[in-house]
Order: sequence, then structure tokens, then C-alpha cells
Amino acid sequence: MSLRRPAKNQPESFEFNSSSLEAANNIVEKYPEGKQQSAVMALLYIAQRQNNNWIPLAAMKYIAKFLNMPYIKVYEVATFYTMYNLSPVGDYFVQVCTTTPCMIRGANKLVEACKEKISENENELSKNKSCSWMEVECLGACVNAPMMQINDDYFEDLNKEKTLKILDKILNGEAPTPGSYRGRVNNEPENNRKTLMDFKNA
Amino acid sequence: MLKDQDRIFKNLYNDMGSDVTSAQKRGDWVKTKEITDKGRDWIINEIKDSQLRGRGGAGFPTGLKWSFAPKEVGSRPHYLVINGDESEPGTCKDRDILRFEPHKLIEGCLIASYAVQAHVCYIYIRGEYFVDGQKLQRAIDEAYEKNLLGKNAAGTGWDLDIYIHYGAGAYICGEETALLESIEGKKGQPRLKPPFPALVGLYGCPTIINNVETIAVVPTILRRGGKWFASLGREKNTGTKIFCISGNVNTPCNVEEEMNIPLKELIEVHAGGVIGGWDNLQAVIPGGSSMPLIPKDKCETLTMDFDSLMAEKSGLGTAGVVVINKDQDIIKCMARIARFYKHESCGQCTPCREGSGWMWRMLERMARGEASKDEVDMLSDVTKQIEGHTICAFGEGSSWPVQGLLRHFKDEIKKRNKFDPIVKESKNIPYLVDQHLLDKNA
Repeated sequence: MSLRRPAKNQPESFEFNSSSLEAANNIVEKYPEGKQQSAVMALLYIAQRQNNNWIPLAAMKYIAKFLNMPYIKVYEVATFYTMYNLSPVGDYFVQVCTTTPCMIRGANKLVEACKEKISENENELSKNKSCSWMEVECLGACVNAPMMQINDDYFEDLNKEKTLKILDKILNGEAPTPGSYRGRVNNEPENNRKTLMDFKNA
Repeated sequence: MLKDQDRIFKNLYNDMGSDVTSAQKRGDWVKTKEITDKGRDWIINEIKDSQLRGRGGAGFPTGLKWSFAPKEVGSRPHYLVINGDESEPGTCKDRDILRFEPHKLIEGCLIASYAVQAHVCYIYIRGEYFVDGQKLQRAIDEAYEKNLLGKNAAGTGWDLDIYIHYGAGAYICGEETALLESIEGKKGQPRLKPPFPALVGLYGCPTIINNVETIAVVPTILRRGGKWFASLGREKNTGTKIFCISGNVNTPCNVEEEMNIPLKELIEVHAGGVIGGWDNLQAVIPGGSSMPLIPKDKCETLTMDFDSLMAEKSGLGTAGVVVINKDQDIIKCMARIARFYKHESCGQCTPCREGSGWMWRMLERMARGEASKDEVDMLSDVTKQIEGHTICAFGEGSSWPVQGLLRHFKDEIKKRNKFDPIVKESKNIPYLVDQHLLDKNA
């Protein structure tokens, strides 16, 4: 189990803005009548997006009222799932996968790169306050190992130099291109494809 | 090697585009009505004949699972739930289906919903796959535009709505009842079974839960016939499967192959061989991190299917093959997997919550050579105390890899860890909990 605590400095209040409100109402409609509690996970994501990628306690209280459910139930969900950030993270939130398939292909080099460029410790903001990084468990792109996720995008087939370049870009506020950094196409075996050749050459 | 025409996922590498028009060119959504016109019983029997087994890890026969749904819809509606919470280390097959073959999945949802009489289908996708989920959402929108979903979907006379529900980074939500809890907006903690979800599932209604890959192969099976699917592979382990080969190989990849393919062929032909040559191979995890590893000498002749791997005291699981060569420290690798399970335990059952951390701490010490001799047996005992004493299969999933390590690499651990035990074996201390581990004759 992972231990997760809300941040010390909390904003006083939170409210959905108009676009968040519209998105939230659309989500609630997906579920049967009286089962609006199902929308809590999606609504926490909406709150997180609206609030610079983290969820304050005020947002949990707001969502509890919005869905007509006890506050503690929202709190339970927000603290159980690891993708809800309970304290501020950088605008560029770097998550490095270090589980075994990535580890044996050198994920520790990516961690080194993050330590050099962003901050010495996990979950610390960089000097210019724009980035933070953390180690995470398997991100489900094992054949593209080692890899990392920055906000929503996957960066695959990395090594230390390439990671340093990507981190330089985000520290300068540029958006690097997601995908494979060894130039391979999706999950095909590099230069060794033996299957579905007719379609490749078509 | 499997012939290209027998491959189900022709767009696995996105050579042709994932939109609905290209999908129709590949044969998706063609005459879906003809399939549903043959009736529920025909569909379920054809799936039973194909001997399709669930692709999510447990390998439960899909046709049988569908037949558990009540025959008549009572006061409670039926639901179909698709499990796309792919988080098993070593596995990344569902991601490719979501982004490159979404229409196979959507059509499969329609046919499966018709077979189990569900009008609503939820697709649960792990939160990290947000971008891939958006691609699936676009495909669903396309399908609605073309009247392939919604009222009278694809002209079959069946109404179906599909919604995506995103997870938020909890591995345990891949367990079917935890997944239902998560859709209901609660913590993802598994439920006790029985009652099984087929009778009491989502919102207390009958629910059929299938893996993404299982549902995505259904339309092709019904078009080409259960007999065709059953002719691939071998008895009870039929059909094709997407294998994910990762780790220390030259060209890690996803590839669709026939069941029962030799492991060596998978590694040598598709993945370009082990880094440093076949002799540099140390061990292989054949089915995602929760399956026990297999040492090199057995890899020579091993074939990849449910039953032959079971015979080696391992399992096919999700078919995520992780290759570990001799440059890696095998104890460290397993310690990292133990850390994964410690992180992902939901905390509901004590043996798993406490045991997973205990195993991790012991393995870390063993990797550093700081453990005492008796801890090898203690570790084995801890795995046995977890296995079978938890609500869900997470207990097995976290203890099997450690048992695999102990089974095949005990000598390596013993060689590295030579400290004397803190408590001498001959001493009989009445309050010691692990008394049964002490060798009375020593």
C-alpha cells in the first residue's frame, strides 16, 4: 500500500468553472439514475485538471456535494488511487516507470537524468518551479522500455542522453514530441519484422 | 509461424489506420446483422466450440462465462463490462487494441452485449492510457455517427450504449470485482465471491466481465467459425494470442502468434534473440510479473500455452514475456517485483497487506547479501501464508513470483547470504511465532 497525505497548504474554497461544470454534467449522464456516485473518479480528474494538476480538500468537499454523497467517500477514493495528486506538482509532471521490465533495460539512468535536471528528490519542484518528477509502477508500455510519462503523453525507448534532451525542452517550456525515441513504429520489432509484411509494404 | 491470413489483429502495428472506413476494409462491421440473426444460443455455442479462453490472465472459458448470464432479463438490467485496466508488468497488448483496432473491440462489445442481453457496456481503461482512451472514444463517436451503436445498432435491432470509465492508477482494479467497485465510485477493493458477478455484479445486477483482447477476437471467430479458431494451437489452448516480449532481447515487440508456439521461437524469431546470445539467458517470466519465472534449461523446449506452462508450475497469464539475461541480478529483479506488489496491495486482507511488504524487505536484504541463512525458509513460509488466504488472487500473484525464485534460484540466495540466524535453531523459545520453522533435530 502506498501512503498518501494531502498537502499542508490548502485553498479555502473550490468551484467548477463553466467548462468543468459542463464536462461534469456530461459524465454524470453516463451512469444510471441514482448511481451518480460512479462519476466521482471522473470528477476528481476534472477538478485536478482545473486546479493545476492537483486536488485540494475543498474540491473533494465540492464534489461530495455535487454528487450528493458523503465527503469521506470522496476522500477515500482520492487517497486510494495514486493518479490523484494530493499536493502541488509541476506543470510538467514527469513519471518514470521503474518496475522490473523497465529496470532491466536501464530505467535507473532515467531517474539519474531527472535527479540531475529537475530535483534531487522525488516530488520536489525544479528551480524554475515548472517541473517535478516521481518514480511510478508499471505504466504498461513494457516493450518500449525504458519509458516515462509527462502529463498525458508517453515517451518511449529512451536512454539517458535522450531523457536529458527531453527534460531540457520541458524546462524551457517547450513541448517535446511523444512516442518512440529510437524512431521505431509503434510496437513492431525494429528492423526485424516477420509478420504482416504485405500490409507494411502496401 | 502463423500465416498472415490467420492473424486476427491485422492492424497491430497501425499500417492501415484505425478509423472506421479502414476497419471496414479489413472486414470489421461487415454483416454484423447476419451474426446476431443466428441467435444467442448459436453465438454462445460457437464461442464454446472455439474453446476461447479469457485473455486477461486466468484463462476461464469465455463461452461458459457468457452462459452464466441469466437467460431471461428480470427486474434488473444486465451489464457488459470490458476490463482494459492492463497493469501487469510485462504486458502491453490491450493498449495496441485500444489505439489501433478499436472497431474490433466495439463490434465485439455489440455481439457480446447481444449474447448476454446487455444494453449498456462500460469499458474500464487504466487512467495512464488517457491518450489511447481518447482514440477509443473517437472510434466510439464514429460508430455512433454511422449508426453502428445506439438505437438499433448496426441494424441488428439491438440497442447498445458504450461508455468509457477511466481508472486512476490502481493495479488491483484489474481484478473483476475491484473493477466493479471502482465503476461504482468506491475504493477498488475486491468483493467476496460468491455471489459471482454474472448474477450479482455492477450495481447488484447481472454483469459479464471480459478482457479487451477476449472481446476483440469474438467477431472474427464468429465470421470464420469456431472450428477455424479451434484448429489453431492445441486442444483446450486454441487460437491466437498477442505476446508481448520485453526485457533483455534485441527487438522487444508485440506479436500475434498461435498458442502453443515454442518460447525459443518467440524469442529468437520475433524478438531478435537474447542480448548476448541464447547462452546468456538467465530466466524468463512467461506471463506477466505474477507468474513464477522459468530458468534457462527449461526454456529450450517450453511451449507457450495455458496447460503446458501450468505443468511447469508457472502460467500463461497475460502472455507478457519478460526475458532476463545473465547481466541482471535475478534477486534484485524479483525484489523489484515484490516492491510493485507491496505498492499495489489494496490493504483489505492482512496477509497480503503485511506480507507483501515483508517479502519485499526480505528480498532487498537478500539481494544485498544481508540476510541470514534461516530467512530463506522464512521467506518461503511467508509466501505460503499469503497464498490462498486472501479475498482475491492478488495474494497468489504476489507470492508466486517469489516462490518461483526460491524454487529455481535458492542456491544463488544461499551463496550470497551467509549470516548466522539471530536465534539458533536448536533453541526452543516458546513465544516464537515461527516455531514450526525450527528444525528440532538440529
